[in-house]
Amino acid sequence: MSATKTILIKPIFMNNPIALQILGVCSALAVTTSLQVSLVMCMALTAVTAFSNLFISMIRNHIPSSIRIIIQMTIIASLVILVDQILKAYAFEISKQLSVFVGLIITNCIVMGRAEAFAMKNPPIPSFMDGIGNGLGYSVVLIVVGTIRELFGSGTLLGYTILPTVSDGGWYQPNGLMLLAPSAFFIIGFFIWVLRNKHEEQVEDNEFEMMPHTTETGAH
Amino acid sequence: MEHYLSLFVSAIFVENMALMMFLGMCTFLAVSKKVDTALGLGVAVIVVQVITVPVNNLIFHYLLKDGALAWAGLPDLDLSFLGYLCYIGVIAAMVQILEMFLDKFVPALYNALGVFLPLITVNCAILGASLFMVQRSYTFAESTVYGMGAGVGWALAIALLAGIREKMKYSDVPAGLRGLGITFITTGLMSLGFMSFSGLSL
Repeated sequence: MSATKTILIKPIFMNNPIALQILGVCSALAVTTSLQVSLVMCMALTAVTAFSNLFISMIRNHIPSSIRIIIQMTIIASLVILVDQILKAYAFEISKQLSVFVGLIITNCIVMGRAEAFAMKNPPIPSFMDGIGNGLGYSVVLIVVGTIRELFGSGTLLGYTILPTVSDGGWYQPNGLMLLAPSAFFIIGFFIWVLRNKHEEQVEDNEFEMMPHTTETGAH
Repeated sequence: MEHYLSLFVSAIFVENMALMMFLGMCTFLAVSKKVDTALGLGVAVIVVQVITVPVNNLIFHYLLKDGALAWAGLPDLDLSFLGYLCYIGVIAAMVQILEMFLDKFVPALYNALGVFLPLITVNCAILGASLFMVQRSYTFAESTVYGMGAGVGWALAIALLAGIREKMKYSDVPAGLRGLGITFITTGLMSLGFMSFSGLSL
């Protein structure tokens, strides 16, 4: 039980796919202007990662290693088609807002990365759990970024007004930058900063160590 | 002619794949430590874009679109839901063919690009360009121009970022921001700069 729990919990903060492994950043930035769209994207990605891990792990002993990438791609692409069709049928508006980004789950490195690194070597159930764990790790970042962008960009959360804006007679002057592309980069940059201050071992080494200005321990 | 020029320029600057659309970010952040390698990857992306976007355009118009199979006696068939599977297959196959072709005929370029070619298959910028092409229903000529522009824009962005990062490794960054964190913030600032192109039209 505890092993399963570790597989599930570890990717969320300790080994976060976006903050630490630089995987799947593209969609994390593009779909986070509103929280609702982010949530749908999280569910779609978690489902695809979990099931692709499950199916790839089931046939892992039968895949010839020379064509494994194409096989993984085919499984992932079929799952994404499924998700896309479901979204188009039951949540057409959101599917319109996500536009090409549902399709881009295929090339989301988290899905491929987990299939290659975990599902090819482990039995189906742990692989499924690993997929859910990594999906949740991705979701945490997406939800944090989505919340900040929607709250400060338009003063709402999930469409409900939290900070009444000036244009509606309230007091909050919305920060337009939050709705634009660059803010997502800044927020993820600062998110990584906070996360790494908490987990010191994630800090990257300096390529060049600064020399001290004074030579106290020098030749004198 | 003007129409194509304007499409080309807007694909490079206004809708820059990396900085405005956030596509191909994983490789963008991971392979931008040195200008040489960044340029090599950029060239590889341009080549693959110029080939795959028009090919996917042909596949969409003659095989997948609603009623596209009329020439085969199946006028009611709509296979557009198979799109993702076909596009990614085309991209994977193209990258593989290109790799073998370069290995045989242009070994110098193959050695320079070698490591990056397989990486391109999972670069979202490539699939993204094909999906945008379908969504905006470009014609064959337009899709060629768009593929070229999207590739050049991405290459430009990664070369610029690599230039900045080469200089930045000498600066004293706060511990938690070192590496990935500061790269994100730099990219954000570059993206802010590219936003000034948004009013550009020819």
